Amino acid sequence: MFRRIGDPAAATVTIEIEGTLVKARPGDSVTAALLASGLDFCRHTPVSGTPRGPYCMMGVCFDCLVTIDGVGNRQGCLVPVAEGMKITLQKGKREIGQ
Amino acid sequence: MASPASPARFSRNEYDVAVIGGGLLGSSIAWGLGRIGQRTTVLDEGDIAKRASRANFALVWVQSKGMGMPEYTGWTVRASENWSRLAAELAAQTSVDVHHQRPGGFHLALSESELEARAVSLKRLHNQPGATDYAIEVLDHDQVKKRLPHIGPDVVGGTYCPLDGHVNSLKFFRALHTGLAAFGVDYRPEHPVSAIRHENGEFRITTPKGEIRAAKIVLAAGNANMTLAPMVGLHAPMGPTRGQVLVTERTVPFLDFPLTTLRQTDEGTVMIGDSKEDELDDRGHRLPIDAVMADRARRMFPLLERLSIIRMWSGIRVMPEDGFPIYDQSETCPGAFVSCCHSGVTLAPNHAFDIAPMVAAGALDLDRLGAFSARRFTTQAPASSGYY
Repeated sequence: MFRRIGDPAAATVTIEIEGTLVKARPGDSVTAALLASGLDFCRHTPVSGTPRGPYCMMGVCFDCLVTIDGVGNRQGCLVPVAEGMKITLQKGKREIGQ
Repeated sequence: MASPASPARFSRNEYDVAVIGGGLLGSSIAWGLGRIGQRTTVLDEGDIAKRASRANFALVWVQSKGMGMPEYTGWTVRASENWSRLAAELAAQTSVDVHHQRPGGFHLALSESELEARAVSLKRLHNQPGATDYAIEVLDHDQVKKRLPHIGPDVVGGTYCPLDGHVNSLKFFRALHTGLAAFGVDYRPEHPVSAIRHENGEFRITTPKGEIRAAKIVLAAGNANMTLAPMVGLHAPMGPTRGQVLVTERTVPFLDFPLTTLRQTDEGTVMIGDSKEDELDDRGHRLPIDAVMADRARRMFPLLERLSIIRMWSGIRVMPEDGFPIYDQSETCPGAFVSCCHSGVTLAPNHAFDIAPMVAAGALDLDRLGAFSARRFTTQAPASSGYY
């Protein structure tokens, strides 16, 4: 759905998405890295379980919620990637303690 | 239900009853009046009123109430027993589910001294002459953990009372107002009352939108009752306090019981309360108080630590000076009643099913409510109710 423009070698940060290692660029938001990795959704809604993907990419819509390093309901579009970061999709309701 | 009032008796008045105050307490009484066919109006302030009904913690709470006035314990137990009936009637009338639950409630202690102080005060409460007897358990950590599996190691123990519960108080507020409309009660916002005169057996009430006339009035204006009561020969000394509440983001249901200072709502948020200050500006907020409340909450339930706080607010408690409800009727202006209490949520069934019919009949039942007269303020020193 999305492809990166520019030099592929610029992707020097390794993150983990649902257990798979993925390369991202320094400065990518988590959401941008998710989209670039080929995913077109990042969460299932708490009410109906519908898959949802990021919409606004600027912190407003809350449709980019993911679990980052064990903390659920994070807005992926507002968090820059970091080496070794572990990301899982937000599956329905925010779990307690995660 | 009683039959509607005779039109002849009230023909010179616009209304049988004017309830002054449209919060939970005034609305509960007005709903109870509408329910038995009384022609009723509710005179309320506007959206910016200091409204405890929108700031409260939504417990239906029994344990620890009534130290210094055993009648208050009995009155509270009665309300707890009748809450499900009120919720059912509102659901049938308005289709609004107020999510009333009565699984029992906990108070948790984070040190041995806290637990001991709690146990001693509950024992004193129960040993009062005339106190209503109800079950309450003092539990150690392991016993609490059986019912609250997520407690942290800092929880030393707690108390449990099977009569405690909670509701969604915002839905309850909405249900009452929907019900008022369905009963034909005239709800009048932006009608703050500046004067009340008792003339020729009726009450003339001054508001910015004109004069309202009624055969009877019920003062249910929260802390403002202090100012209104003397206009009709009544007395309502109040001692309001400010409280702060924190709300987390929604999370999966994890807590089956409400606590005195923490509960999970039907919608998944976790509410954390409740502080007490003498400040009376509800626009102010003290972060150090939030920090203490949040810290105690995460010591009780370490799993809360990673949840985000998404809202916080301050609210002004309606609080009679000694903490106990005031229900009284005027001797100099017959037909004028005053009603104020801290627990507008807990006591709502009594206001709807007990107080309202007494107002309609023109007199409070002093055998049941005599202890709540404001005359106590002239005869005895203020005590403490232990309001939660």
